Amino acid sequence: MNLSDLKEGQTATVARVGGDGPFRRRLLEMGFLRGTEVYVEKYAPLRDPIELILKGYHLSLRVDEAARIEVEEVKG
Amino acid sequence: MSQKSITIALAGNPNSGKSTIFNNLTGTRQKVGNWPGVTVEKKEGHLKTNGCDLTVVDLPGTYSLTAYSIEEIVARNFILDEKPDVVVDIIDASNLERNLYLATQLRELDTKVIFVLNMADLARARGVKIDADKLSELLDVPVVFTVGNKNKGTRDLLEKIMSVAEAEIDFPRTRRVYYGKDIEKAVSELSEFIKEKTTAELPYHIRWAAIKLLENDGIVKERILQSANPQGEAILQEAELKRQRLRDFFDEEPEIVMTDHRYGFIAGIVKELVKTVSKQRVDVSRQIDQVLTNRLLGLPIFVFFIWAMFQLTFSLGAYPMDWIDAGVGWLGEGAGQILPEGIFRDMIVDGIIAGVGSVAIFLPNILILFFCIALFEDTGYMARAAFLMDKVMHLIGLHGKSFIPMLMGFGCNAPAIMATRTLESEKDRILTILINPLMSCAARLPVYILLAGAFFGAKAGNVIFSIYALGIVLAISIGRLFRSTLLRGKVAPFVMELPPYRVPMFKGLLIHMWDRSKIFLRKIGGVILVGSVVVWFLSAFPREVQFSRDYEAEIAGISDHYRPLISAAHGDLRERLLGKRDEAISALEILQAREKVERSYIGRLGKVLTPVFAPIGMDWRGSVAVLTGFVAKEIVVSTMGVLYTVGADEDEKSEALKVALRKSNMTPLSAYAMMTFVLIYVPCLATVAVIRRETNSWKWAAFSITYSTTLAWLVAFIIYQGGRMLGL
Ligand SMILES: Nc1nc2c(ncn2[C@@H]2O[C@H](COP(=O)(O)OP(=O)(O)OP(=O)(O)O)[C@@H](O)[C@H]2O)c(=O)[nH]1
Ligand SMILES: [Mg+2]
Repeated sequence: MNLSDLKEGQTATVARVGGDGPFRRRLLEMGFLRGTEVYVEKYAPLRDPIELILKGYHLSLRVDEAARIEVEEVKG
Repeated sequence: MSQKSITIALAGNPNSGKSTIFNNLTGTRQKVGNWPGVTVEKKEGHLKTNGCDLTVVDLPGTYSLTAYSIEEIVARNFILDEKPDVVVDIIDASNLERNLYLATQLRELDTKVIFVLNMADLARARGVKIDADKLSELLDVPVVFTVGNKNKGTRDLLEKIMSVAEAEIDFPRTRRVYYGKDIEKAVSELSEFIKEKTTAELPYHIRWAAIKLLENDGIVKERILQSANPQGEAILQEAELKRQRLRDFFDEEPEIVMTDHRYGFIAGIVKELVKTVSKQRVDVSRQIDQVLTNRLLGLPIFVFFIWAMFQLTFSLGAYPMDWIDAGVGWLGEGAGQILPEGIFRDMIVDGIIAGVGSVAIFLPNILILFFCIALFEDTGYMARAAFLMDKVMHLIGLHGKSFIPMLMGFGCNAPAIMATRTLESEKDRILTILINPLMSCAARLPVYILLAGAFFGAKAGNVIFSIYALGIVLAISIGRLFRSTLLRGKVAPFVMELPPYRVPMFKGLLIHMWDRSKIFLRKIGGVILVGSVVVWFLSAFPREVQFSRDYEAEIAGISDHYRPLISAAHGDLRERLLGKRDEAISALEILQAREKVERSYIGRLGKVLTPVFAPIGMDWRGSVAVLTGFVAKEIVVSTMGVLYTVGADEDEKSEALKVALRKSNMTPLSAYAMMTFVLIYVPCLATVAVIRRETNSWKWAAFSITYSTTLAWLVAFIIYQGGRMLGL
């Protein structure tokens, strides 16, 4: 399952970050590591981007970028 | 005590409060704002303490020492190349884990580092307790708590800086990130290899260089290649070999594994020193966002904010505008009376006061506009605007973050173009820079107000709005066009932090507003002043011209004609005759003055340009006006002021200009065509200079000038000729 498949208010754990080099690296540096909990705060009014909460801060990602992050253990 | 000079670099994550601390330390007024990416250039400040000269450098925010966007490269290069004596890492204590990522990297550099736990108030409010002594002990660095916006902890910090700077510490570095057996082995082997291969002075500490080479860091690779010549090649090959081996082993890029290890190390630290005392209370920021980025309300509220901003700018600005207008009129009159008649007086009154005055009038609008933008920035709403608009910007092939520079473009394109530095992708940046001038800046507004006011009366507001809209539509189309031709490529990822809302500091807002308005004021004092004098000179010289008629004789003739009549008449009739005589004389005088301008240098220049501008409905005066507008677009108005109202009464100039325009051969259609031309054609000199600096190429600056002027002519041509065909 991908991060972009989650609905508002759901939490999941990061399993793997895909995508190309620098972008992937940046996501990891921002804290998307295996095992990190990510909460889907909301989708923007035009359904894109997504606002997420991880490691206690708010971050936004586009839907197609979030689609490259595999998640597991979906809750909520 | 001897005068020592020490350089201190303030580094840290974006929006962690570096500029705030910088201001506290140096007492200067650096821009702060509540969105990641306010500081895009390094800024220097100075202070003296204990007989030491401290140079403090405020760096742009970075999430890591991996160079990603240019501002990050600026920060990293400063730390690596300029080797500041002390690096102060400003850490957002309320967001510790992510902030420690950069902190551990900085510590790896083996320079003197101090950790500042800023936003201590926020951390406390969230119920997070941080054991600073533990942190200091674990990482072997001095730690200070501060609350930047309340100026707390500054003295502590300064003391620590001094003691660290003066101490001769040899960094033993026991506790550092352990990358796991296999990577550590590769690091030490590569370090040995480097040591064996070269005795050359490397720009970096060896372990660090080895780590970066394993991470495949482009800049480090290049530097090693240069400095370890001729062995550089061999070192890079060895590093690549090791990378390959690690990649096979982990089935993953080594740099990713290393990132993982760093965060693992951080998690360990955080566990030891952070205690969450109470569960988070109501998160105000989140609740605000329930409304402001709400699915249904978010966009309408956003549109409302933008609308309110323009309303405020123009309706509230109208009052002080009147005062300035009156002041300028009074000044011109006063100067006209005090100074002796002659060229000098003409230059002061007709050139400087009239020219600069016609532009200074817009200061209130500009102050208000920048105040509003500062308000958006300092509260944290700007990041939300980017969040809301990303999808729309995506349609143009742009990034949500481009929205911020685009919005700022309505104020002034020069700082707006500088704000594009927060964009990670070079192509995104150049595209944003190229279409930014299509956002009609405040300098063009005077032209619209004048022309629309003169020709469209009550509909002026709508007409001006349509010009702004035209600019936006063009920006979208041109953006798409360039994206699919010149700057083909994918839009950069939208990884953006949404900072919590903050109540802005009033002082901060003022600084912000002032910082940007200064550019406008500097223009008034600089290019606009010079431009006005030049325009005046070109229109006032040559002094002696060959007129087509003998005005002097005709005026004398009129006087002669009326003299016997007047002396014979009495009472009412006499008054009427006097009036008639004066009217006839002044009509002739205006004709004379006008002919004089036509035969002046500027008139001749305009005549040369006529063939170019005639198809878009501009006469020679309009052509000259737009030509002078290259200096600064406000000058278009002052030039028209000089060219159209020559001979008119000084004290009714602004009205007189509108009347004169209506009397000239301009029509509403040609006025509209001229407005569109002014909207689109060459960005002003200041903007071109900024474009050249920000793209680092004359090519893009020249391209910007050419494409915009061509486009301006084409659009104006279509509007003017199209309108004529429709019989407008
Ligand atoms: N509550 C709180 N707010 C702070 C503190 N220090 C700074 N701020 C606010 O945090 C925001 C960001 O501050 P800046 O100084 O612009 O941050 P910066 O690190 O220079 O940001 P960039 O230049 O974007 O990297 C501003 O709105 C400050 O008023 C603090 O200790 N507590
Ligand atoms: Mg800053």
